[in-house]
Amino acid sequence: MKKQTIDSRPAGPKPWYDPRVRSLFFQVVAITLVFWGGWTLVDNTLSNMESRGISTGFGFLEESAGFGIIMHLVPYDATMSYGRTFWVGLTNTLLVSAMGVVAATILGFVLGIARLSSNWLVAKISLAYIEVIRNIPLLLQIFFWYFAVLSNLPSPRQSVDVGGTLFLNNRGLYLPEPLTQDGFGLVWGGVLAAIAAVIGIRLWAKKRQLATGQIFPTFKVGVAILVLVPIISYLVAGRPLEWEIPALKGFNFGGGITIIPELAALWIALSLYTASFIAEIVRSGILSVSKGQTEASKALGLPHGLTLRLVVIPQAMRVIIPPLTSQYLNLVKNSSLATAIGYPDLVAVFMGTTLNQTGQAVEVVAMTMAVYLTISLLISLFMNIYNRAVAIKER
Amino acid sequence: MGNPMTEQTQTSETQSSPRSEAGQKPDIIRVEGMHKWYGDFHVLKDLNLNVKQGERIVICGPSGSGKSTFIRCLNRLEEHQQGKIIVDEVELTDDVRHIDTVRREVGMVFQHFNLFPHLTVLENCCLSPIWVRKIPRKEAEASAMEYLERVKIPDQANKFPGQLSGGQQQRVAIARALCMKPKIMLFDEPTSALDPEMIKEVLDVMIELAGSGMTMLCVTHEMGFAKTVADRVIFMDGGEIVEEAPPHEFFTNPQEARTQKFLKQILQH
Repeated sequence: MKKQTIDSRPAGPKPWYDPRVRSLFFQVVAITLVFWGGWTLVDNTLSNMESRGISTGFGFLEESAGFGIIMHLVPYDATMSYGRTFWVGLTNTLLVSAMGVVAATILGFVLGIARLSSNWLVAKISLAYIEVIRNIPLLLQIFFWYFAVLSNLPSPRQSVDVGGTLFLNNRGLYLPEPLTQDGFGLVWGGVLAAIAAVIGIRLWAKKRQLATGQIFPTFKVGVAILVLVPIISYLVAGRPLEWEIPALKGFNFGGGITIIPELAALWIALSLYTASFIAEIVRSGILSVSKGQTEASKALGLPHGLTLRLVVIPQAMRVIIPPLTSQYLNLVKNSSLATAIGYPDLVAVFMGTTLNQTGQAVEVVAMTMAVYLTISLLISLFMNIYNRAVAIKER
Repeated sequence: MGNPMTEQTQTSETQSSPRSEAGQKPDIIRVEGMHKWYGDFHVLKDLNLNVKQGERIVICGPSGSGKSTFIRCLNRLEEHQQGKIIVDEVELTDDVRHIDTVRREVGMVFQHFNLFPHLTVLENCCLSPIWVRKIPRKEAEASAMEYLERVKIPDQANKFPGQLSGGQQQRVAIARALCMKPKIMLFDEPTSALDPEMIKEVLDVMIELAGSGMTMLCVTHEMGFAKTVADRVIFMDGGEIVEEAPPHEFFTNPQEARTQKFLKQILQH
């Protein structure tokens, strides 16, 4: 039987006309070329560096850096190592990226929905914003906020003073810093208890709706619990929080939390710029849901809010998520423009100063690229998981 | 010649109809001197129509005659600018509460089904009963299954609309509207987007529904359906009601020239 099927097959073509043989041949050629190219590069680089006496390897990360960084989320001073500068740069990049993603998403959704508003003025303001902001280069916008707006704020001695606790000047925004005292654990307990209670109420409300059909105002009650319980536990614990208020010392303020103008300018520019793209994505997502869907929902008696929540947004999200992911990736990568205004992000600190001082170009560039690649892949991964959760229900 | 025939048709209609006392029932829909414009374009001109509870009305007419626009005004998917529309004692105005009240009592079936693609058939049917009527999910699902059985597709309940044929989707759409237990059903060309072999399965469901005494307004080109179930046929052209008559009279003895021309065109093949 087996023999018969083999025998009954028509005679194959000459090997060089057989598509399977051809594809195998070209794959072997392609792989050979890639490996040869890669090997040549590595070999060339190594021999060049050897002839110039540049040492390779990651030993330089242990050496003392010897330069200061204006903003660091992890403890840092000039005596610490180059490895430490890497972490300072990385955390600064992550901070501005995370702040940017959150602000751009909120602003983008608001603008996208406003663009579709039936209110003429609201729709046109949103349109004007989107068209202006997304058509001006991002670098220019960063310069605008840094040089034209924030640098023109008054000097520390003439700071804008809000109630004696909050100061704004051309060196940054100075906020009081909360210092937790003994007994603050009770407040944390209160926060956790409130979150647990809200989750519990949500589950209970859902169960009750399934059983009796009654809809519980989960959102309003949840917000009330989240606000009230921590406040009450704070008062019960005897207000275990003290504020360190920034004060003028010499030429600048000391104490409290400082938001440096470099961070503010970069954050504002990145958020505003990316928001204009997100707004267009949101708009196209909502428009992709056909008018028939809204009409069917209205004809069933669902009021406008429920129509949006149960019918339009779930369908729009499937269209919104993939391009939204690209915008998040763009934002993270665009944050490297920080170099231009001196915000100490990974590129400025590590690929800038550290590279200049050590000359370890291959290692430093490879590490920096690996970081951006990792961040981007992680964002893609999470967004794909979320996308699958909202999208798979189609078929 | 026309008069005795009309009487005859009416008596035979009322006798064969399950709701023989339809004549004494109150008007569930009243449309008085209704006008609608799209910008400068006068779409609907001075429409007047009273529909009794349990009445089955077929609206026909050439495309662009305003018949779809007219029934879409009855649940305020379209706004009218002049005149009155009163549905089940509630006048349709800008008042959102009135609109929601009316929409709860009026079911609608669309040409393109408009099922929610992200929800299963059963979820499509239960969505509005759960969120608008606030019925417990178990009850809503049980009731939805009854209606799905009535439209003969209970076995598809857990599939998504994209997995069904056009005829099946339209039957789900009918079941979805019925799940709200509406007093009135509006059909906007329910068979126009279907392949010929699927038209019958949808019409059968509609005929069965008509037999149960539902008040129905149906925009359709299915003249066979009009002859079988309609109490009245309304012919619209150019945004006006040109003629209205019981089906027998409408098809055998149309009065207006425009009606005669229309019938000649669609009955030719």
